[in-house]
Amino acid sequence: MEKFALHKGLVVPLDRANVDTDAIIPKQFLKSIKRSGFGVNLFDAWRFLDVGQPGVSLSKRQPNPDFILNESRYQGASILLGRKNFGCGSSREHAPWALADYGFKAVIAPSFGEIFFNNSLKNGLLPIVLSELEIDGLFHDVFGFPGFQLTVDLESQKVTTEDNAKSFNFQIDPFRKHCLLNGLDDIGLTLEHVDEIKQFEKRHKLHQPWLFN
Amino acid sequence: MLKTLYDKLWDSHVVRTEDDGTGLIYIDRHLVHEVTSPQAFEGLKLAKRRPWRVESIVATADHNTPTTDWDKGIEDPISKLQVDTLDQNIKEYGSKAYFPFLDSRQGIVHVIGPEQGATLPGMTVVCGDSHTSTHGALGCLAHGIGTSEVEHVLATQCLVQKKMKNMLVRVEGQLDTGVSAKDIALALIGKIGTAGGTGYAIEFAGPAIESLSIEGRMTLCNMAIEAGARAGMIAVDQTTIDYLRGRTFAPKGDLWDQAVSYWRSLRSDPGAIFDLMVTLNGSELIPQVTWGTSPEMVVGIDGRVPDPEQEKDIAKREGIEQALQYMGLEPNASLTDIEVDKVFIGSCTNSRIEDIRIAAKVVSGKRVAPNVQLAMVVPGSGLVKAQAEQEGLDKIFIAAGFEWRQPGCSMCLAMNNDRLEAGERCASTSNRNFEGRQGAGGRTHLVSPAMAASAAVNGTFVDVRQILSE
Repeated sequence: MEKFALHKGLVVPLDRANVDTDAIIPKQFLKSIKRSGFGVNLFDAWRFLDVGQPGVSLSKRQPNPDFILNESRYQGASILLGRKNFGCGSSREHAPWALADYGFKAVIAPSFGEIFFNNSLKNGLLPIVLSELEIDGLFHDVFGFPGFQLTVDLESQKVTTEDNAKSFNFQIDPFRKHCLLNGLDDIGLTLEHVDEIKQFEKRHKLHQPWLFN
Repeated sequence: MLKTLYDKLWDSHVVRTEDDGTGLIYIDRHLVHEVTSPQAFEGLKLAKRRPWRVESIVATADHNTPTTDWDKGIEDPISKLQVDTLDQNIKEYGSKAYFPFLDSRQGIVHVIGPEQGATLPGMTVVCGDSHTSTHGALGCLAHGIGTSEVEHVLATQCLVQKKMKNMLVRVEGQLDTGVSAKDIALALIGKIGTAGGTGYAIEFAGPAIESLSIEGRMTLCNMAIEAGARAGMIAVDQTTIDYLRGRTFAPKGDLWDQAVSYWRSLRSDPGAIFDLMVTLNGSELIPQVTWGTSPEMVVGIDGRVPDPEQEKDIAKREGIEQALQYMGLEPNASLTDIEVDKVFIGSCTNSRIEDIRIAAKVVSGKRVAPNVQLAMVVPGSGLVKAQAEQEGLDKIFIAAGFEWRQPGCSMCLAMNNDRLEAGERCASTSNRNFEGRQGAGGRTHLVSPAMAASAAVNGTFVDVRQILSE
């Protein structure tokens, strides 16, 4: 996993609640057996007027001029500002893959779908929870000030506006923070405990032998 | 200390606990399907790792498989590659059981696990699929995971997890005839919202739950994720044990007796503390129909589509307006005036034998309404299909004008050719009415199998209790 420490970037606001993973990356793109290349189809049904199919190049598509990601002022955005329950729905990791592949480094919302939240952390995409009030303020700012940027500092767990006028603290699980800062993958860390897993397995087999039949 | 069922399941699988409370949890059963596993197997291969315990793996192809013309194979080359990739991975690494495309026992992963006795009480069960919560109906801890976690479980047989909070949903009373587990699920989501269960493991209990069959319990636990909860579960009782006896992978002989005596302890201790409790009155519950683009946008069949003008909260009002526009519905419309174009009976929520039986009972001797262009039944597995055919249910559906299909996920998420066209309206027994879920521009109304069957023969939504009493 790529390390995440400090990121400064343009913010794009997606002003709707319950953005589900079907919206983030529709089902027809889940047929890929790769982890990459999903960014071109991020928010496909909202971003384009034509119905997307796998393998069709971006130049052949009809962008929806009314969708916020297509507005010129948000080109190059790397921080997505969302509403509550962002990423609800299916467990598809293709959703954070698509967001990261498009160029997003962080998603800021008042709450997240749990599986999406976990999946994001495993792909160097930082999901940040701020309060509804703080999010409301950020929506106001980003609509009001073209070029509005934020700095996300994982080490100090702070999101700060460019002029330093506003700063918000966020919580993150210490283990996840450690993994992100160091670009560590879980599997390597878990395999440091091989002996404990083996010992557990032995006890487990003794208690519930039918599970090992 | 008094423990909830979830506490017991968690405690019996903790390998180690970090100072901050993060647990390393041992996984007993790993269900695998073709969509969320290829990248995990690839990661394993790149890191030159082997699966920790292949006997924990039960695999099937379900999302991409066609429900017609099986003799032609999988025509879409991209779908075929994904299914072939699963074939190759299982061939290379092994599994306890694999039910590939065309196998007589193939089916939706959440139908075949319990059907084969491959998911058992007391287990931890994971799958790269959010509807893994289904298996909690058997008194196990079951939840969906992402592909990175699929790889993690393959490599280590464990998951790094934070313990969830405990929620108890008690359903008092008894359901009326024609009212089902699906209606409990939808009514609950209507009450607590799609994020109401976020961070919780939900245990369902109470007289109405105890009266449910295992099939009904699976429907309910399946939808826990639509309430935001990754895991739903129900205590083990005699119904659970009777369901499992004799199934292919269920223990036999002395091990069975030993297992049953342990399984009977899998219930929350009386007086155990829950972080949150929600109560529903099952006796007052009526059939539910969703009207919007989120499962929480739901009302009883006697209700009306909401009027955004009446909503004071601006965000909610905008949400209602967006949903009504997408769904092509007018405020205050009566649900019984809404005409449907297609009817889908299937999915991991509602494709088991009991679902098919009740739908057949509703359509028996009737005809699909002229405005309904397609009504289809997609059994959850080859074995469900065979059982239904043995009972003659296929003939009832075909005589009524339904299509009787091969098993798979089908139009629940439309990864194969079964899908809605833009603007088409569907009465669906699936679990998600998100925009585009059943096909770009498609309009989904979530209902029970009995209500979907009623809509098929009536042409509009109608209270199934009315149809059954005719």
